[in-house]
Amino acid sequence: MLISVYIPFVVTTVLTVLAPRMARRLTPRPAAWALACAALVTAAGWAGSLALLAFTGIAQIPQVAAEGHWSAAAVRAQDPVYVTVAVVGAVVLAAGVGNLGMAAFRQVRQIVRFRKECAELPGDTELSVLDDDAPLAFALPGAPGRIVVSRGMLRRLGNEERAALLAHERAHLRGRHHLFLGLWQLAAALNPLLRPLAKAGAFALERWADEEAAVRVGDRTVVARAVGRAALASAGAAGPAVLAATGGEVPQRVRALLAPPPARRSLPFAAGAFLLAVCCASLANAASDSDELVDSAKRVRCAELLAATVAQPAGAPRPGADFRCGPHHGGEHRS
Amino acid sequence: MVANGPKGEEAAGSGRRARGALESDVLAALWAADGPLTARQVLERLPGELAYTTVLTILSRLHDKAVLVRHREGRGYAYAPVRDEASHTARRMRSVLEEGSDREAVLARFVSELSAQDEELLQQLLSGQDAGDARGESFDGGR
Repeated sequence: MLISVYIPFVVTTVLTVLAPRMARRLTPRPAAWALACAALVTAAGWAGSLALLAFTGIAQIPQVAAEGHWSAAAVRAQDPVYVTVAVVGAVVLAAGVGNLGMAAFRQVRQIVRFRKECAELPGDTELSVLDDDAPLAFALPGAPGRIVVSRGMLRRLGNEERAALLAHERAHLRGRHHLFLGLWQLAAALNPLLRPLAKAGAFALERWADEEAAVRVGDRTVVARAVGRAALASAGAAGPAVLAATGGEVPQRVRALLAPPPARRSLPFAAGAFLLAVCCASLANAASDSDELVDSAKRVRCAELLAATVAQPAGAPRPGADFRCGPHHGGEHRS
Repeated sequence: MVANGPKGEEAAGSGRRARGALESDVLAALWAADGPLTARQVLERLPGELAYTTVLTILSRLHDKAVLVRHREGRGYAYAPVRDEASHTARRMRSVLEEGSDREAVLARFVSELSAQDEELLQQLLSGQDAGDARGESFDGGR
């Protein structure tokens, strides 16, 4: 408990620093999957560890201890966690969960609004074209998903590039990339440390779709040109220059497409999997430690109650004293 | 769009996907063009090798779906997409897109915003790449 409860934080920090750098150099599809696993496991590990820390603080509150039939004093005596740490854990966890709820709400709302707009587009074709000069293209998930492209975008691309654009968006729909995006955004809402990971993930998805489009079209440079042209057209039409926090993603995609496809590597994935396994194992260890802590505090409480009953044998039967001193919980997990 | 049965689902599924994709290609070619196109002209603008009759079929199906309008031209028809300028769907869609910040966007957009540096870099990458023939070939709809 003393150390293991903090290991998920360490793993999260290490992954959030290293994984985005690594992911950019790997084959995008496995990289996206790996980043999704990393986000899921570290977010769960993060929340779990915070919850355990918070719990050791809460367990010391006398009312909570009375409710749970354990001795608050015993928890306090054995507890390896400072109360301030526990309080900070509780606050951070509460903030994260609140953030998560809000992010989920906003995501759903945005999807609903897009669907509503999309339902008004004529036809039930896979591609719906917005009659708009501004260049715009995205994949709208759903059953079936739709590709939404503006007339302005289509007119700025050549014949082959148009096919590349459609293949790219189709890859997003077929790969259910919106689920990946949603997962990363929720994970980053819960734990802001995961933001770089979420960003790397979004980039990996674009690369994945680019690579798939390159296979479909049969020419990497066509896809590179399509991406480049579309981005330049959008830049011209964007109007007031938005502060681009995207840090050169489009040039990186174009460059990757102009180069040969990235070689398959397995070492980074193995290292990542190892870290995630460590994260899970230490969380499980910390959880079982805190379970034992509660068990022993329960035994202490039982002993106290027994002593109290023995001390007054005339025994007015006390109503609240159905103390549970039978077989302790937690006997199961040790066997 | 519900699959009509577990038995034919797989075959029909891939068939439908392919058909849907072809429809998209044809529709995209028509929207990209300056004016109405005949089936022959559409065929010229589609990459890959397609049969003329396939294009004809797709065009008439799109016409049935009221996505295209057509008028007689010679022995066949010339097709054009149904314009939708009056509706504000496009504008509303854009405003929804711009509303969310980069971090919370739920949709993968084809391209993200460019910084000035990116723009320059991109110009270089592309010009280095299509110094040869690419430019004219692709801008003019392959004619």
